[in-house]
Formats: sequence, C-alpha cells, structure tokens
Amino acid sequence: MRKRSEVSERLFYLLTGTACLIIVLMIALILGNISIHGRSRLSWEFLTASPEQGMTAGGIFPAIYGTVLLLFLMTVAVVPVGVMVAIYLNEYSSKTSFVYKATRLAVSNLAGVPSIVFGLFGLGFFVKFVGGNIDRLFYGGQLVFGQPAIIWAALTLAVLTMPVVILTTEDTLRSIPNEFREASMALGATKFQTIMRTVLPQALTGILTGGILAVSRGAGEVAPILFTGAAYFLPDLPSKLNSQFMELGYHIYVLSTQSPDVEATKPILYSTVFVLLALTFLLNLTAIVIRSQMRARLRRAA
Amino acid sequence: MNSGVTFSKLAAQVKPRAVVEGRSVLEIPVKIKAEGVDFYYDRTRALHNITLQIKERQITAFIGPSGCGKSTFLRTLNRMNDLIPGARLAGNVFIDGQDIYARAVDPILLRRKVGMIFQKSNPFPKSIYENVVYGVKINSYAKNRREMDEIAEKSLQDAALWDEVKDRLHRSALSLSGGQQQRLCIARCLAVKPDIILMDEPASALDPISTAKIEELIFELKKRYTIIIVTHNMQQAARVSDYTAFFLMGELIEYDITTKIFTNPSRKETEDYITGRFG
Repeated sequence: MRKRSEVSERLFYLLTGTACLIIVLMIALILGNISIHGRSRLSWEFLTASPEQGMTAGGIFPAIYGTVLLLFLMTVAVVPVGVMVAIYLNEYSSKTSFVYKATRLAVSNLAGVPSIVFGLFGLGFFVKFVGGNIDRLFYGGQLVFGQPAIIWAALTLAVLTMPVVILTTEDTLRSIPNEFREASMALGATKFQTIMRTVLPQALTGILTGGILAVSRGAGEVAPILFTGAAYFLPDLPSKLNSQFMELGYHIYVLSTQSPDVEATKPILYSTVFVLLALTFLLNLTAIVIRSQMRARLRRAA
Repeated sequence: MNSGVTFSKLAAQVKPRAVVEGRSVLEIPVKIKAEGVDFYYDRTRALHNITLQIKERQITAFIGPSGCGKSTFLRTLNRMNDLIPGARLAGNVFIDGQDIYARAVDPILLRRKVGMIFQKSNPFPKSIYENVVYGVKINSYAKNRREMDEIAEKSLQDAALWDEVKDRLHRSALSLSGGQQQRLCIARCLAVKPDIILMDEPASALDPISTAKIEELIFELKKRYTIIIVTHNMQQAARVSDYTAFFLMGELIEYDITTKIFTNPSRKETEDYITGRFG
C-alpha cells in the first residue's frame, strides 16, 4: 500500500516537472532558432535600408519605422481612454449599477474577440464609416481618410488592447487604500481633486504597466492592421495620419507567403523576425526600467 | 428597544446644573445639535434616534463597545457617510444652526469646516510639506508661496510638530514615526482652518508616549476648536474630555459631563461598561 502511493507521488512529480521542461524547451527552441538564423543578415544596412528587388535584398527600415509609429499612435489613443474607463469603474460607479455591469461585460467580451474580427471591424467602422464620412463632410467626397491608413490601424489596435489597459489600471486603483481617498475628501477635496492629486499619482506605475502590456500585445498583432492600413511595399515612409505604412509583423507575413524567390527571402525573413522580437523586448525593457525607476523614486519620496 | 427612544431624549442634553471649568453648562454655546438621527447601511439600522447637543470649544468623547454606532455618528457630522453606497440618514443635524443635510449645503464645503482625524494615521505618500498644504492648495487659501509657507509653519506649530520636522520639510511623510504621522495629519487638518475636529480613535494605534503627546495636543487645541473624540480607552475619555456620550447598539444611552459619567452614571448599562463588565 505504502509502496504504491510512493510510486504515484513520484510519477505525478515527474509529470509536472516534464510539463515545465517542455515550456522552457519550446521558448528556447524558438529563440535559439531565430537568433542563430536571424543573425546572418543582420547589419546596420539591414536596419536602415529599404527592401529591394522584390524583397529578396535590402533592409527593413520602413517596417521598423511604421511599427514604432503605429504603436506610438495606438498608445496615445488607448491609454487615456482606458484609464478613464478604469477610473469610472473603480472610483465613480456603484458595483451594482447597470452601467458598471454592462461595462464589465463589454470589457471581458472585448478581450475575447478574435483579432481578425477587429480587423474587419476596423475596415467597416473606422475606414469606411468614420473615414468615409470625414471625406464626405470635409473633402467633398475626395478620397482622403476613407481608405486604409495608419491612424485607422492604430485606432483598431487601440480597441483591441483596450481591455489590457482597463484591467491593469483597475487593479492598480483597487490596490490603493481607501484611507487616502477618505483623507483627501475629509480635507474638503472634491472627488475630481482626490482622483487627480491622490489616486492617479499613486497609480502611475500601474498605468504604465498597462501601457507596456498593451504595446507588446499590439506589436504582435497582424490581423487588425491587415485591412486597415498596412501595405505590402511603399517607396516612402508614412508622413501623414492618412498614409499607409509597412509593419514588421505584416512584413513577416508578406515575406513568408508572397515571395517570388523563397530561398533568397529566407535569411531576410529570419532576420526580420529577430528584429521584431528584439524590438518588443526592447520596448518592454524600457518600460520596465522606467517603472522600476519610478517605483524607486516613489519609495524615496514615500 | 422602545425605552431607548425615551432615554435618548433624556440623554440629549447635559443637565443644566452641571458645572464645567467654573461655568454652568448653560453659558457654553451649543455648536452641534443632532435631532432624531437614524442611520441605515442598506437595510441595517446603525443609529436609532440620536438626539444630542455638543458644546462649543469643549471636548466631547464618544464611548461604547465596537459596533455601537459611535464612529457612524461621528461620520454623520461631516457627511463622510455620504461616500458609502446605500447609506441613508433620517433626522436633522445642525451646525451653528444650519441644517447640514439641507439641499443647499455642499458637503465639500462642510468638510472644510469640520475636519477629521482617522484611527490609522494616513499621510499621503508625499513630502511633509506637501501633506500640510494639501488642503490649502485645494481650497486656494494661499495667494503665493510665502503665504503657503506661513500656513504650513503655523499648522505644524499648532500640531506640536514644527520643532521635530522644520529641518526636513521636504522629506517623505512616511519617514516619520507613527505618533509624528498622526500629528502631521492633525496639522494637515488645521491648515484647512476648521471649526470642529472629529477624531476617530486618534491614538489607538500609538504607543503610550505618543498617545500622551496627542492627548496634550487635543487639550491645547480645545482653546480654538470644538473637538469630538471617539475612543475605546476609558482612561483617555476620562482624562481629556469635558463631556462623554455612551453609545450602545446604535442608541445614545447616556450623555453628561465626563466626571458625572465616570463617578455617578445614571444608567446601569453605562456603569457596567465603564467598570468593564462588558464590551
């Protein structure tokens, strides 16, 4: 009897350990493979030049530039709105009210929508409806905003990453002890003053975390920008809000499916994937550094 | 429970023949008047028909076992209970003759007049200086930096903290000891220039020495402010207060001058409580 329980103990222990090992192996395999193959084409020229000869030569600078610009625009759109939603949910609404429950439901469902659906939604709503109407009202029907553009792609991504920002901000707000709000209100502060002077300063690191998570989520998505602004190849960098743009994720998709010469494209493909991964890591790292510095500063002030 | 209502009415006023500091209590003006205050958290009734008058520039202690409603009643006086969803009040509370639950009264302005000190000292994670001037900035009391500095210094002096912190005003408030933090909270409250200060067990988390300092300070503040202090500590109530109100299960059982409550209470429940037979 005793023996048998020991065997099952041991077996289960091994099983859980193996499961962990598999996960570590998978990530090591992906990173190893990409860094070995991806390094070959990596050079300063690769990072700063445009693609040439049907993407079988040259670099990927327009795609890097487009990605950074896209993520920047997305962040500008998603953080303020997401933070305001979280403030409403945590600071203003009653947990039993209809608005609270409806918003809750909307946020969790939004998080579960497949990204390709966001892409189609972006095309239908932002490009055709919003953009089309702007053209009709301000440009006399001329095609200016009613076509795929970086602004629409950024807004579509913003909708996709909204739940991340809302949920992290809400968690942070919830973690701020109520006694600070009470202290502020007892000093004759209005709710708005309390939020601006006491709640938000303490929530800053949490909001930043939400922003980081949104950026790294957004950087990995191709489907939402497929119909809303990403382009196969452009001779010029995007210069206006209604320009189309090249993007790393989409560029990878293009390289791996549309190339006329697979063998010549392969090393470029590997290096592009390497750059996308490095860029995401770099963004995350920057944000983490800012966050820890801010925390240290708060601790010193605190 | 019915008898509680009658007793509440009886307890509403301190007996006229009582003498505090050589004056008949009739000579001391009334600052706060509560009439038939009922309070509900959703369905639960936390206060039953509380009626009492609080004297100006005197110290009134609220005592009673946990959950007896003394903190709830304290918080009706600056409408902090408004912030709790589902809370409801019936009856009237007057401060300087003004019904503070009247439609025209802005609770924000009321709270500038009726300051509050909490059980757990709660300085903001900002510098000592920023803590003191928080309310000053919000209310735009200071026209310039110099005025603001003056208010900060004055408030810290009045809270008996100036000498300890004058060299490190821009250090974090959280670097102070527990007792200093509580005095900082008092300074922060004084800077808003209240008339009345509500204290919700202000010393219950402090060591005896810090407690003594706070009590000394309360005594000093009495010259200019009407003070109400909720406490679990009988000795503290006896030491600092002029009047004591005893609450039990949401009712005001007895209210009188402190010496009377502690030497010769009228009600059996009061006697049982202060002698430690329950609670």
